[in-house]
Amino acid sequence: MLSIRDLSTSYGQIKAIRNLSLDVEEGKIVALIGANGAGKTTTMKTIAGLLTPDQGSITFLGQRVEGWKPHKLVSAGLSLVPEGRAILGQMTVLENLEMGAFQRNDQAGIKEDMEKMMNWFPILRERLTQLGGTMSGGQQQMLAIARALMSRPKLLLLDEPSMGLAPIVVSDIFRVIKQINQEGTTVLIVEQNVKQALKIADYGYVLEAGQIVYQGTGESLLTDEKVKEAYLGGRKHE
Amino acid sequence: MFLQQLVNGLTVGSTYSLIAIGYTLIFGVLGIINMAHGQVFIFGSFVGLILVTNFDMPIAVAFLASIVVSGILGLILEFTAMRPLRKKNVPHLASLISTIGFATLLEEGMHKLFGADSRAVPDTFGSQAFQLGSVQIRAVDLIILGIAVVLMVVLHFWINKTKVGKAIRATAENTETASVLGINTNMVIVTTVVLASSLGGIAGMLIGMTYSALIPSMGMTLGFKGLAVLILGGVGSIPGAMICGLILGVIEVFTVAYGASSYRDAVAFGLIILILLIRPQGLFGRKA
Repeated sequence: MLSIRDLSTSYGQIKAIRNLSLDVEEGKIVALIGANGAGKTTTMKTIAGLLTPDQGSITFLGQRVEGWKPHKLVSAGLSLVPEGRAILGQMTVLENLEMGAFQRNDQAGIKEDMEKMMNWFPILRERLTQLGGTMSGGQQQMLAIARALMSRPKLLLLDEPSMGLAPIVVSDIFRVIKQINQEGTTVLIVEQNVKQALKIADYGYVLEAGQIVYQGTGESLLTDEKVKEAYLGGRKHE
Repeated sequence: MFLQQLVNGLTVGSTYSLIAIGYTLIFGVLGIINMAHGQVFIFGSFVGLILVTNFDMPIAVAFLASIVVSGILGLILEFTAMRPLRKKNVPHLASLISTIGFATLLEEGMHKLFGADSRAVPDTFGSQAFQLGSVQIRAVDLIILGIAVVLMVVLHFWINKTKVGKAIRATAENTETASVLGINTNMVIVTTVVLASSLGGIAGMLIGMTYSALIPSMGMTLGFKGLAVLILGGVGSIPGAMICGLILGVIEVFTVAYGASSYRDAVAFGLIILILLIRPQGLFGRKA
């Protein structure tokens, strides 16, 4: 579904990712893990069209899409939940959801999806007329995911959905991500919460200083000694 | 006397509101102050006025021409002075200067094309007046106030309820977020700049009718009034621009009515400074 080859992106003079290659197969959950500053968000922003790569290719559903504008990628079937959730705080929860469906014109379908989202995330129904900015972090994350799903994406990109959330909320979010995937949406997730992410992921990539250093199935990475030592707090916890 | 002056103030103020809305809309989506706004709409209004004075066209055609020409100038402004800088990601001060450059070009262009003198706006609606209790309203004032208020109500509804209006609000709040939601933010910006300029085009014609004349240099003086309203209302706030435009108009008219006509602008701007000392974010602005 998504295939990235030799991708490099820089911020000014600094190369944030170098010769990065990864694949996301249809129907899977793929996790990209790594420490702060490893280049995870840069990778996501480049895929979503917010940053233009210096070199390399991004192929999405058979089309070369590197350098495309974000709104064009949304109509191609890609949807990003940005780092930090990026809720439109001055707009209501309902308006946030409506904006997620900006490119759609099938009113009946939009209404149906809106209903579906409110069943998945009952808190949204309660807060529908409230401003997005007045919700808690966990609620905002649910809204951000629901909003991204309103465009009916084929591939959902999640940039650190667990950031700044209480552990109990984090488990909720990961359960939801699993459910979204089971309903047919392919997921690429970026996380610092390595354990949780690898638990739900079919395949994982480990990013260090802008380059992929390990890759493998979620399970194999979870038990990999080097990954354990670097990201899972060493052996003694196992 | 009091009510009479209040109505006069509201009439003048409603045109300031329309100008300030233009500034605030553009600031909302671009985060910059468009220093060419005044010149853009006065240029448009002059084209409209000339159609009336030189070609005997009806005033409605003049309005239409002013809307269209101002809108087109806004479009040229976006593509020459704003978008190229945005692409290069330069600091916002750069577009302040580039829009001042555009303003200068337009002002010189007006001098060349229309002359620098004031040009009379024909009295289309006569001096007929209505008596409303103790208040006497000129037909022309009623029309100005009516058009301005209707426009503001429509705009308020449009921004809050329609899909394009919501896209403008989303872009104003966060351009990057808007774009990943599938909004073509460049289209939104073009729409906003044209809308702001066209609203100015209407304001310019209405002001011409209020003062029975237009002068190319009004682009700058009215531009400054719009800017003052923008700051007073809170930069980026549409209701702030609407209400504070009316406030500035009323303050000005009362200053003149109660004997300090040569201090009109000094009193108005002095009061604005006072208000800003108490509320630096503007009356309707949010604290940064």
